[in-house]
Amino acid sequence: MQHEVQAEAGGTAAGLRHDWREVAAGLRAIVDSRFIVADAETMRPYECDGLPMYREMPQLVVLPGSVDEASEVLRYCHARRIPVVARGGGTGLSAGATPHKDGIVLSLSRLDRILDIDPAARSARVEPGVTNLAISEAAQAYGLYYAPDPSSQIACTIGGNVAENSGGVHCLKYGLTIHNLLEVRLLTVEGDELVVGSGGYDAAGLDLLALITGSEGLLGVVVEVTVRLLPVPPAAQLVVAAFGTSRGAGEAVSGVITEGIVPAGLEMMDNAAIRAAEDFVGAGYPVDAAALLLCELDGTPEEVASGRERVVEVFRAFGASEIRVSRSEAERQLLWKGRKAAFPAVGRIAPDYYCMDGTIPRKALADVLTAIGEMSERYGLRVANVFHAGDGNMHPLILFDANQPGDFAKAEAFGGDILELCVRHGGCITGEHGVGIEKLRQVPLQFNEAELVQLGNIKIAFDPFETLNPGKGIPILHRCQEYRALARAGRDGADG
Amino acid sequence: MADRAADLTELLIDRVRRAGERQQALAVTGNGTKHFLGRQATGEPLSVADHAGVVEYEPTELVLTVRAGTTLAEIDAVLEGSRQALGSDPPTFGGRATIGGTLAANLSGPPRPWSGSLRDHVLGVRVINGHGEHLRFGGRVMKNVAGYDVSRLMAGSYGVLGLVTEVTVRVHARAEHTTTRALKLGPDEALAAMIRFGAVHSPLCGLAWDGRTVYARFAGSAAAVDAAARELGGEAADDERFWTSIREQTHEFFGGDEPLWRFSVPPAAAPALPDARWLFDWGGAQRWLRGDYEIARLEDIARKMGGHVSLYRGGDRTGEVQHSRDAVQQRIHRALKASFDPRGILNPGRLYGWL
Repeated sequence: MQHEVQAEAGGTAAGLRHDWREVAAGLRAIVDSRFIVADAETMRPYECDGLPMYREMPQLVVLPGSVDEASEVLRYCHARRIPVVARGGGTGLSAGATPHKDGIVLSLSRLDRILDIDPAARSARVEPGVTNLAISEAAQAYGLYYAPDPSSQIACTIGGNVAENSGGVHCLKYGLTIHNLLEVRLLTVEGDELVVGSGGYDAAGLDLLALITGSEGLLGVVVEVTVRLLPVPPAAQLVVAAFGTSRGAGEAVSGVITEGIVPAGLEMMDNAAIRAAEDFVGAGYPVDAAALLLCELDGTPEEVASGRERVVEVFRAFGASEIRVSRSEAERQLLWKGRKAAFPAVGRIAPDYYCMDGTIPRKALADVLTAIGEMSERYGLRVANVFHAGDGNMHPLILFDANQPGDFAKAEAFGGDILELCVRHGGCITGEHGVGIEKLRQVPLQFNEAELVQLGNIKIAFDPFETLNPGKGIPILHRCQEYRALARAGRDGADG
Repeated sequence: MADRAADLTELLIDRVRRAGERQQALAVTGNGTKHFLGRQATGEPLSVADHAGVVEYEPTELVLTVRAGTTLAEIDAVLEGSRQALGSDPPTFGGRATIGGTLAANLSGPPRPWSGSLRDHVLGVRVINGHGEHLRFGGRVMKNVAGYDVSRLMAGSYGVLGLVTEVTVRVHARAEHTTTRALKLGPDEALAAMIRFGAVHSPLCGLAWDGRTVYARFAGSAAAVDAAARELGGEAADDERFWTSIREQTHEFFGGDEPLWRFSVPPAAAPALPDARWLFDWGGAQRWLRGDYEIARLEDIARKMGGHVSLYRGGDRTGEVQHSRDAVQQRIHRALKASFDPRGILNPGRLYGWL
């Protein structure tokens, strides 16, 4: 199966030859020539996303200045079967925005306006290139905010968040991107406008909003997003607890959830991550602890007070060696800072790190951490673990040195083993980063052939020639071919 | 419960395969509590009701896996022991509604704006497509972005893409305390009050207006609920009875045979048809209307409000009952239907006449 994946990654459009000077001229008739990039030097920043181990140069980078221009570009490319890779902030961690060598990158960064904030309806309508954080900043004046908060929120765009169904530290209580979207305007591969969702809490017909959220740019290009805003909770407090074993910390996490408490966030760091973070920001973390839990309560002062008391009680009952409760907003921010800076902190103790994203049932936490420790010794590569513990989403950071020949290959093999381990424990290969190119090989761990064929057929229903972000997300199997031919014949008939 | 547990997967697969060979349309049903919903079913009835039972329940993981024919009453009995529940509080139709049917219609109770819907809580499904293949999508974990989100696509699909055999759902802790306050208000003031209450963070879990009175419900710790109720004012009201009557549509507003329309709109949308009979739920985001209307006229109104409308109960069930879809939406709907069910044997015409 893996052989087939390799053989077909790139979609059926790969291999078509184009005169790229002619294509560039054609696109210049649609988009101002300053925003059609054809020289290697200017295109260089687009060759990878946040996973720089995967690089590819596109033929052209096109930056449309309006939805109409984006639509015309898609129409032009569709007529010529040119692969199109849509791109937002380029912060993705799964090589989901890596360019196609025979295609164009469609950067949506110029579509960056906040179109409307409706405080009464508690919603914001924005263009895809608006950053995640900018939405909350704009909503602040109304006492509202946008809840999903991926750690890249300063730079990642809402269009990319829709494509990846991004999470964040607070999704335990407030949900993922999908739970906070109302309506999305897409362009189909043909350049037609497709509206999914509605201004209400559901939409007529099939739930296409659910289908396109997390579809990694394979089904359409997001050109407008209406998100739900929430009232800012008036109070928040953070409880930080140290544990002598990761098993103890893992059980305490289950204890909190079983108690019926819904923390705003419940995060875990292992000793390696604690030390790296403490060295970096000096949050006052206990560096001898095997594991640290950060549990945030938010809401009305009464909600926070009762939640905090119960959380402290649970942590004590599960043998916490040290418990600290934030007494001021400044202290809460400082205690969070260590967690939020965990990735760059780890980046200081090793030349490179490779971040995994498997999700497991909470009860498997201790066993999985033990197994990762054993693998770490076997591979001879260190690991630091940062973990959205409340919802079982692990982020093991494998430390390596890209300048050492073979080191990344080793890290990749180690990462693959971790994902296999997650699936064996009833989990999945990616909780929030997406498959991209990076995890294509692991997708068959989660889906059998018939399931992959069904997923492939969904793709064809939206994109019959597979020119949208080809070679990402779903490995293509030969068995899809038959349906593909039928779907195309049907489309061509219907479209005239 | 135990005596109802039965795995009929093979039988269901066989029925779908044979129907495919004969090009025979199937009308998939559970306990038939929602026959009134959607367009009139055509095709050979295929009941999933006896395919029932808990496959796996882990209270510490907040995850429940059940066969599709399991009823909401059976699920409630299982969850009660661990003080957990389905967060969306869907209508139970006397407890007989099945989880499969509830997912297919994606119906939610009054807490929906704060709790999310069953669509939001579904983590995984097993589904038989039109080829008779039994497929598994999603899983048993809270976050999973591998592959397209087919589990959520099944929510509200009226069974036109596949026959769901098994549902895995995130469950929620039952609230420690709930309390309800009542304020007598006319339609315009009611909506303004609901917008005001929703604009600040509070432990709200219900906000409805029945034509005379706004009811606000809070859930959480005793201290939090009491503080929020004090802040809101109004009078104390019977906590359970009103909300059950809204969820199960036993409130007098829902009586009689007049067509019942459902508007799903932004909560603050300006009131329409001021002389008509309305009931507002979901803080104004779900609005019920009684009376004889042309669907095209109501669609116009709903579109201007920023949402959509459906003929929920009564009226002509052979015409379209859901808000229309434009040409591009129809093209995608048809292509998607063909990708799951190329012979068009699963609930054809139940959602739209053209699907």
